[in-house]
Amino acid sequence: MSNAVSIAVAGVAESDLGQVAAGMSPVDLMAQATVRALDDCGLKLSDVDGIFCASAQVRFGPMVLAEYLGIQPKVFDGTQIGGASFMSHLAHARAALEAGLCDVALIAYGSTQRSVSRSSASPPDFNPYETPFRPMMPASAYALSASRHMHLYGTTREQLAEVAVAARQWALLNPAAWEKEPLSIEQVLQSRVVSWPLTVRDCCLVVDGGGAMIVTRSDRAKTLRRPPVHVLGIGEALGHNSISNMPDLTVTAARESGRQAFARAGLAPRDVKMLSLYDAFTITPILFLEDLGFCAKGEGGPFVAGGAIAPGGRLAVNTNGGGLSYCHPGMYGLLAMIEAVRQVRGECGPRQVPGCDVALAHGNGGVLSSQCTVLFGSAATH
Amino acid sequence: MKSPLTLYQEHLGRGELAYQVSDGRPVFFPRVAAPGTGSTDLAWKVSKGEGAVYATTVAHYKGEPPLNIALIELDEGFRMMSRVEDIPAESVRIGMRVRLRVLPASEGRAALPVFVPVRP
Repeated sequence: MSNAVSIAVAGVAESDLGQVAAGMSPVDLMAQATVRALDDCGLKLSDVDGIFCASAQVRFGPMVLAEYLGIQPKVFDGTQIGGASFMSHLAHARAALEAGLCDVALIAYGSTQRSVSRSSASPPDFNPYETPFRPMMPASAYALSASRHMHLYGTTREQLAEVAVAARQWALLNPAAWEKEPLSIEQVLQSRVVSWPLTVRDCCLVVDGGGAMIVTRSDRAKTLRRPPVHVLGIGEALGHNSISNMPDLTVTAARESGRQAFARAGLAPRDVKMLSLYDAFTITPILFLEDLGFCAKGEGGPFVAGGAIAPGGRLAVNTNGGGLSYCHPGMYGLLAMIEAVRQVRGECGPRQVPGCDVALAHGNGGVLSSQCTVLFGSAATH
Repeated sequence: MKSPLTLYQEHLGRGELAYQVSDGRPVFFPRVAAPGTGSTDLAWKVSKGEGAVYATTVAHYKGEPPLNIALIELDEGFRMMSRVEDIPAESVRIGMRVRLRVLPASEGRAALPVFVPVRP
């Protein structure tokens, strides 16, 4: 199955993260990360002939980034489906690379939402059937899902908090993480309630940041500076847009994206050594563990309990500290993939998962709306 | 021609919660074409305004009392965002039976369909 996929990640990098220098723009961060990712793999800017990017602050992403970098790309894509956009970009880059439409694809992201405030970085759409009720978006949408999951399956507040605590424990092993202090379940539960049942510690960070990824066909990636990380399978799925139109608030389109990704890779959940699961809120990794097949529907709460996804647990999830404790610059999907790539390379130091030959990165966008899954593998799995 | 939103809000102005039906299936939010089929043969109906809470949350805005936000499953088979009034926001429970109450338009806000508990 995996022979159908012949592209690999050659270079990755983060931009500055957290609180960036005054006056930096989202495109400055994209360009900064691009230069670093090119340096990571040893390619030049003039080698890039495909541009894929999105940011809530940059309406015409590929135009803006191509102008900034001085590139006339043969292929470009500005798909904007929220935090999962970059997994979708990777899927579209794969199609372009396999078709020979371009040779070196750049995927980039940048956000200055902490510097300029989230409300100005990402103003919500007006929905006449939802906005008048004043949901605190996006938190209230995820809270509605959590309420339903708790009602149907007995998922507890403490189990949700386990996700935040595990993320924090991983973040303490990552020098690039925003959060630097330990966090307990009690602290999560006693934090300010944002949208019940979610407290502020159940919600992802609001910080600046960005990243870049350089992708080529596998044969070329093998000749470059870093060990190639092969893209074994990708799945993309769209569910609803608004939370009141989500068919079942406890089942996401990750079922479909995961099914596609595993089928194309010829792999199963038991083959995966590490997961980057988009943790916009503590309920989301629980939903994705279920929908991607790592546990049965409704068992995500017990699955994460007892430090099971923390360092030393049974399954390594969000080893960078995730959107909850490492970095969530508005859309987190590219950073989630970068961590999975680094784990497969084996360069994660104290947080490295031993023998990480297969890693999964799952992106989520909107209000559990867009779902994209990528399986990355080492040369041995290709 | 009037837009689906205009027709919906005209119903609300009369104290009615309107939805559409196409091929026997309820459609909400109102549209110019039915999802899945594209049929423009969408009939407007008025809901009986009775249903149950499907999901619930309580938003905490600084300096304001807690605000309930709920998804309501109407007995006709469609779901919508609203809130449950007359009880504390945190007392709203999934499965609770509720009945429509339309708040009249005021100060530039369109009429608003909220719900109240059905007392047994």
